[in-house]
Amino acid sequence: MLKVIIALIAGILFGAGMIISDMVSPAKVLGFLNISGNWDPSLAFVMGGALAVFTPVYHLIIKKRSHAINGEKFSYTSKTEIDPTLIAGAAIFGAGWGVAGFCPGPAVASIGGGSTTVFIFILSMLTGIVIAKHYLQGRLPLPLIGRRKKTCSL
Amino acid sequence: MENFTPWSALAGGALLGLSASLLMLFTGKIAGISGIIGGLLNPQKGEFKWRLAFTVGMVISLFILIPFAIELPALIKQPVVQIIIAGLLVGIGTRLGNGCTSGHGIIGLGRFSKRSLVATSVFMSVAAFVVFIRQQFGIL
Repeated sequence: MLKVIIALIAGILFGAGMIISDMVSPAKVLGFLNISGNWDPSLAFVMGGALAVFTPVYHLIIKKRSHAINGEKFSYTSKTEIDPTLIAGAAIFGAGWGVAGFCPGPAVASIGGGSTTVFIFILSMLTGIVIAKHYLQGRLPLPLIGRRKKTCSL
Repeated sequence: MENFTPWSALAGGALLGLSASLLMLFTGKIAGISGIIGGLLNPQKGEFKWRLAFTVGMVISLFILIPFAIELPALIKQPVVQIIIAGLLVGIGTRLGNGCTSGHGIIGLGRFSKRSLVATSVFMSVAAFVVFIRQQFGIL
């Protein structure tokens, strides 16, 4: 129960952060990505603000604990390998981000606005997630890449 | 630089950091939005309710802010095909790359994870490159 209540509170804070910082505005996001044009560096401050809070909490408190307060293990990965899938995935995500100015967080925080654009984006994103899942399990070939040879349990 | 809004950006960012800190400290979970949403599609035991609660919280945050005269910005007009392509790429990319702006850009970077540093540099550069190309062709 604690987990669900904390998740709800964290979700509210996260959504509010997305809205207050204006990450929910594709115009603002594209203005940040448009380095060669009329650059708006605001969104670097969003990441800066987030890191200024999370980094010390992680290194001074979380990292020193063996378990979370509710007794569960921390679910972050200790993987350090930079594999081609990570790089390809990040590149594909970056391309999509640059095409519309939406990434997952702001899109979800914008659902309440009732915009068809947001709705279409989220449906397409969910479809993309399902496609990637089938690809990772070796069941579905992707254009240009083909079928994944090594299967994993994602 | 006339649209530069550093204070609201910092304040909003701090809320994202606070959210990620609370979620990890109390429950051990990562506030990575692509991962949370992806997990909803593929429910595992003990992994569904908190993800749903987090997502519901994100959606209702707007209605908590509206009384304080904070609203969603007007969206720019973009062709539907462009939105669909963007959505598919974001969905596929975040799943293959194991995270998005939040999971890699906040939690991963905050943990000094090498994978997240690489992922964040790659998606930032590619996104900036795509926007650069769009700017060259006047479709921005």
